[in-house]
This record gives sequence, structure tokens and C-alpha cells, in this order.
Amino acid sequence: MTKRLMTSGLALAMLLAGMVGSRADPVDDTLVIDGQEMISRAKAPEGHPFDEVLSGWLFREGETRALEVDSFENPGMLAVEEGEAIWNTVEGTAGKSCASCHDDASVSMKGIAANYPKWDADSKKPINIELQINKCRTENMGAEAYEFDKGGQRELTAFIKNQSLGVPVQLDLTQGDLQSWWEKGKDVYYTRTGQLNLSCASCHEASMGKYIRADHLSQGQVNGFPTYRLNSGLTSLHNRFRGCIRDTRAEFPKAFSDELMALETYVTWRGTGLSVETPSVRQ
Amino acid sequence: MNWRTTITALVFVPCLVAGAAAAEVAPNDVAFGDDGVSVSLTGVQGDVEAGAAAFKDRGLGNCLACHANKDMSKDLFHGNVGPSLDGVAERYDEAMLREIVINAKQVFTSETVMPGFYSLDVGKDVVKAREGQTILSAQQVEDVVAYLGTLK
Repeated sequence: MTKRLMTSGLALAMLLAGMVGSRADPVDDTLVIDGQEMISRAKAPEGHPFDEVLSGWLFREGETRALEVDSFENPGMLAVEEGEAIWNTVEGTAGKSCASCHDDASVSMKGIAANYPKWDADSKKPINIELQINKCRTENMGAEAYEFDKGGQRELTAFIKNQSLGVPVQLDLTQGDLQSWWEKGKDVYYTRTGQLNLSCASCHEASMGKYIRADHLSQGQVNGFPTYRLNSGLTSLHNRFRGCIRDTRAEFPKAFSDELMALETYVTWRGTGLSVETPSVRQ
Repeated sequence: MNWRTTITALVFVPCLVAGAAAAEVAPNDVAFGDDGVSVSLTGVQGDVEAGAAAFKDRGLGNCLACHANKDMSKDLFHGNVGPSLDGVAERYDEAMLREIVINAKQVFTSETVMPGFYSLDVGKDVVKAREGQTILSAQQVEDVVAYLGTLK
């Protein structure tokens, strides 16, 4: 090979590397929903593997991103409206709806979901919005607990989280034993599962910004759940956890199991400072 | 060649080939050397075309999920979690390619994302239907290695 050929080969290689680079970066854009600016980039909390935490919105294609900036365009808002109807519907032997005690959700629920999971002293476990709803239903409403992903659980969760739209995620790990559940969740995050032998970190930390086929790997942030996925509709966080684990060719844990509650605690912390985006729009 | 050696060859060579095919190297018996895995897992020459098919198949190698490959530019959406495989046969010889496909963590580090395609050193809670199984069969590994050998 002549020197000239080698030089042009080198230039080509550099060009290709550059293309890969531009293909791999999250977009430089700001998420504004109905005129309200979201925090889609935040300085990572101490002890975080990244310097900056990034919303999954920055990793999606332009058309997908556009769906989230206008709540009339956002297909997930239909579920939020259904959730609002549930909020106001009387159920159970106590003759109460959510609104009977909590009144106007836009006031009573504002900012609440940004601090979940919280410590639940009764069960001595972390509690998320779905389980908090179930606790209210069984203890205060005389209604049945929702089964996972059924009976309006996703819609009501989306409605409640949507009341915190724009509020930065912030957990208080000093509550009860939440810190030890965080540790446990960290173990889950870095444990490889299945025949494909992958952990959460394999894709969302080590390969963040790269592509698996057409899928641009994000940091795997959870600030937009329940999220509206273009291929499967409104999707709960534990459904997504289970789907990811299943894709490693592993048996997956039950929704709200200790393993997944620990993971939710840890992964939520990894998104500290990002705005709640529920219902976000993803592919 | 006299008649005697001819007969010997006729009798013994097929036996050897059949013997090698029967003595397929099990995943836990693969000998990883400093220069890779130099012995074929099956003794049967890999088939380039079958290797290309297994490479592409999302249920088998699904290699395009993570690697770009100009030889398959008609297929859309090549990933870039791993390096491009253009010219990979110039960077690694057959023994090294075989080792990388069998278990890349032997060649690189335990942090490597790439699954071991002929390894039982896997993650926890493997789905029941795939317990004790490898992602590719021994012959599929040989086929994929033969295909990779054409990427110059």
C-alpha cells in the first residue's frame, strides 16, 4: 500500500469514526412541554457513574421527541385523562374516591411523585406510587388492590405522576432502611442475567449513547414512567424492567418484588435532578 | 500412492472425519490457548454461507445488533456497541476469531458486553427453556468463524 493510500484510508477511518461519534450523541436540545421547560440534563449526584444525568428524551428521534412537547400531541395524555376519571370515581365499601380525601390532585399531588419511592414503615419496605395507591384502596377505600398493570393502575399512576410534571426527582434515602434497599438495587443493576449475560449497566452505562440495531441506548432513566411507548402504548416501570430482563433470556422477577423495588429505588436515584416527565414518549 | 495406502486412506480418512464430528468439543472442554482456540469445535469445515445466515439471524448470532458490517450493507440498522467487523479477518486469525465468538470475555475482559456464544458461563436466572444450552451450536460457531474469515 502506498503512503498516499494509507493516508486517505486513515482520513476515511477518521471520517467514519466521526460519523459514529455524531450518531452516538444525545441531541443538544431542550425539552419544553406546553411552554414549561423540563430539566432534561442535570449534574449527577455524588457517587454516580456519570457526570451528568440525561433524560431518555434526548436519545430519541425528532418525531418521537416532538410528540412529548405538546400535551395535545402526546398519546400518553389519554391515559392521564382516564386516570383523572378514576381519581374522581367512588369505589369500595367506604364510598370514597381518591378525591374524597385528596381533593384537587393538581394541588394535593403536586410534586409528590418526584420523591417516590419512599420508605413505608408499615411494610418496612420501599413503596412506590402503584403500591401507595393499593394501600389507599385497601386501607381507606375498602376496595381491592389493583393487580399489576390492571384495572387502571397504570392510568391512575400516570395521572398522579403527571401532577409533578417538571418537578426534579429527589429521593430521601435517609428514610428508614431505604439506603440499604438502594445498595441492594445497585447490586441488581450490576448483576448480569440470562443466557446473554447482560446487566442493566452493560447497555445503559457501558454502552450508553451507542446503538443496538436502531435502538439508541439511553441512560435508562425512569423519570418519565409510566411512559408511552410507540410500539406498546402506556408502559409501567416494572413492566419495562421485566421486559429488559426477559430480553437477556432470563426468568424475570415479579412486579413489585423486593428485587424490583430495590432496583426502582436505585434507578430512580440515578435520575436525581431530572424533571418528572410522565407520561414521556419513547419508541 | 500404491493400492495399500489408497485403501488405508479410503478406510481411515472418513473414519477420522466422522470421529471428529462425533467428538464435538463441549462448551466446558474448550481449550483456550494464548493464541486463541486453534482446534475446530467439530472437525467439520465451517460453511461461509451458513455462517453469514447465523451472523444475521436475530435469534442466533444477531451480530448486526452490535456490529456494523459493510458486507451486509443491504441490511438496515447495524449497531455500534462493538467495533465494526470490516476487515476483522485481517486483525485476527481463525483461532482468535473462534475464541472471541466462543467467549469474548476470555480474550478481552470480564467487563466485555459481548455474550459468549458457546459458553455456559452465563448470567443468573437463565430462562428455563435455555438452561444448559449455548447461544450457538458448535457447528454454528464454526460457520460464523468461516464467514468472519472472509471479511478482509
